[in-house]
Amino acid sequence: MRTLQFLLQKEFRQIFRDPAILRIIFVMPMMQLLILPWAADYEVKNIKLVVVDHDHSDYSRQFVSKVTASGYFLLNTYTSSYSEASQQIADDKADIAVEIPARFEKDLVKESEAPVFLAVNAVNGVKAVLGAAYLQSIIQDFNNGIRAKWIQMPRLSPEPNIEVVSSNWYNPLMNYKWFMVPGILVVLVTMVGSFLASLNIVKEKEIGTIEQINVTPIKKYHFILGKLIPFWVLGLIILTIGLLISYVAYGIVPAGSFFTIYVFAAAYLLAVLGLGLLVSTFCSTQQQAMLISFFLMMIFILLGGLYTPIESMPTWAQWITRFNPVTYFIHVMRFVILKGSSLADILPQLCIILIFAFVLNSWAVINYRKRA
Amino acid sequence: MSAVSVNKLTKLYHTKKERVKAVEEVSFEVSKGELFGIIGPDGAGKTSLFRMLTTLLLPDGGSATVDGSDIVKDVKAIRKKVGYMPGRFSLYQDLTVQENLDFFATIFNTTVIENYDLIKDIYVQIEPFKTRRAGKLSGGMKQKLALCCALIHRPVVLFLDEPTTGVDAVSRKEFWDMLKRLKDQAITILVSTPYMDEAALCDRVALMQTGRILSTGTPTSIISSFASNLFTVKAEKMYPLLCDLEAWDGARDSYSFGEFHHVILNAQYDVGQLRTYLDSKAHSNVEIHTTQPNIEDCFMQLMQN
Repeated sequence: MRTLQFLLQKEFRQIFRDPAILRIIFVMPMMQLLILPWAADYEVKNIKLVVVDHDHSDYSRQFVSKVTASGYFLLNTYTSSYSEASQQIADDKADIAVEIPARFEKDLVKESEAPVFLAVNAVNGVKAVLGAAYLQSIIQDFNNGIRAKWIQMPRLSPEPNIEVVSSNWYNPLMNYKWFMVPGILVVLVTMVGSFLASLNIVKEKEIGTIEQINVTPIKKYHFILGKLIPFWVLGLIILTIGLLISYVAYGIVPAGSFFTIYVFAAAYLLAVLGLGLLVSTFCSTQQQAMLISFFLMMIFILLGGLYTPIESMPTWAQWITRFNPVTYFIHVMRFVILKGSSLADILPQLCIILIFAFVLNSWAVINYRKRA
Repeated sequence: MSAVSVNKLTKLYHTKKERVKAVEEVSFEVSKGELFGIIGPDGAGKTSLFRMLTTLLLPDGGSATVDGSDIVKDVKAIRKKVGYMPGRFSLYQDLTVQENLDFFATIFNTTVIENYDLIKDIYVQIEPFKTRRAGKLSGGMKQKLALCCALIHRPVVLFLDEPTTGVDAVSRKEFWDMLKRLKDQAITILVSTPYMDEAALCDRVALMQTGRILSTGTPTSIISSFASNLFTVKAEKMYPLLCDLEAWDGARDSYSFGEFHHVILNAQYDVGQLRTYLDSKAHSNVEIHTTQPNIEDCFMQLMQN
């Protein structure tokens, strides 16, 4: 026990003596949590619109003002030829072109239907799909408004009309920050837990101190625990700082209990520390460890459900996400913070993470040899 | 019982194309309290040998015991009683001198105070810098700190891998004086070095090259076994002199040695023939002296055979 205590003392001393590490540990999460959630916003706004109005009627004007009043669109130009509009799209000055045909008002009044043409710049896929969807629902709404005006409603509507009204559970205002912040927090905890730990061990290899340690009677598990515990503690500190920032900056208060979050985080950190340890056993220089970490981080983030829902990934990718510990923590964090899930609700995820922790740590310990 | 006993120890390194024999069937004995030097050029296998004896490498053949413990079976026992100072400074650069020493004392389950008498002579020299980080020390200071850390648990056998490489001449001399004093504490010391002149400072030496031990013995016995008649030769133009010596039948071996060339004559030749030969080659200001061979001469000769 005394040996472990001194190993820990030494480790903490080294960590707190390195200003770069301290900055990485404390400043990086703050910056990321304060900046990223504002940028990582799914809501598409400021879609640049070019309107080709061949009609110049009362209705076409009403239609355009309804579109711009929605707040999602910026009316960029108002032209009278389609070729000009398509040139605007080609020049990236507009995202969507709306063409209103010449007989728009007449057809609408007489035939009670009129075509509108939409051309969407699909270079940015998300913007194109969401923009077109927004626009379509506005057109639908406009159409219904007209019909309500024109058709004298009988007591029983001859055309059944279904109106869909949705209510957003657990995140009533559909605030994306509430959704993103827990996910980003997970990424931060992962980085500290696994990558700083692996870099730390590889540094001992690189400088040669591990050799000096290896000729001492220090036990394997003492050395490994001495490396894991400091980063386990740091991971929980980062989590605490992160939760504080998300409260102060975004007013996020977990709907579930902090206890659930910390229990899961404690288990999760065991798993990612095991991963860090495993990476360190394969690397002999910090550069190698760093590059492997970058590679893993990309996979973890993109296949972890942070930005894109896992359900929309192809089946093979969904299988990969099942072997990604980050997936589970993001899932659990969102469930606990937004939905208020209890420990019992996240038990399956907790078990999986404990299996991860067991497998990764055992693999790492087997791989870590005191003698070549 | 000898402190270190090595019996046909072998270590192979596998590369894609070939197997390199880093240490090949090396055998020697070191008695208790002896200062034993392993002398050899870079790549002789000294570090591999030390790493095997300190349980950092597994041997591929042969056996060895350190203070009666087998280096393969009794790893834990050996780690408790040996001190190892690697050739490269490998203490925690971001910890201070004091912290490094405390740390290594603790992991050996001892304290600095307990064994202070052992390191006192060395430690007083670095004590003024005890709050300085190890990475910021000068080369000689680092060396002393590393020695302190290797000694802090009062090891039975101390392994020093090239402790004087890259250290200035004064510090080297100081370092050897320290080793002499440690010897008085009944600590067996194995030291490896590429410097031939340091061989004379050891009780016994083993000359090592390309994984083999060429000769073992006290420095004087190695020198006295050097049978040939050795002369130092000097002339106005040293390089043509060496070329001529190499071309001559009478010289078994010749090599430059400081400001002179050393020549070993074949049995049937004598110094007179050497002088007539050199005169016939029109060398001016020729000086020829008989000289006592030293370890380096022995090493050169052993390498030739």
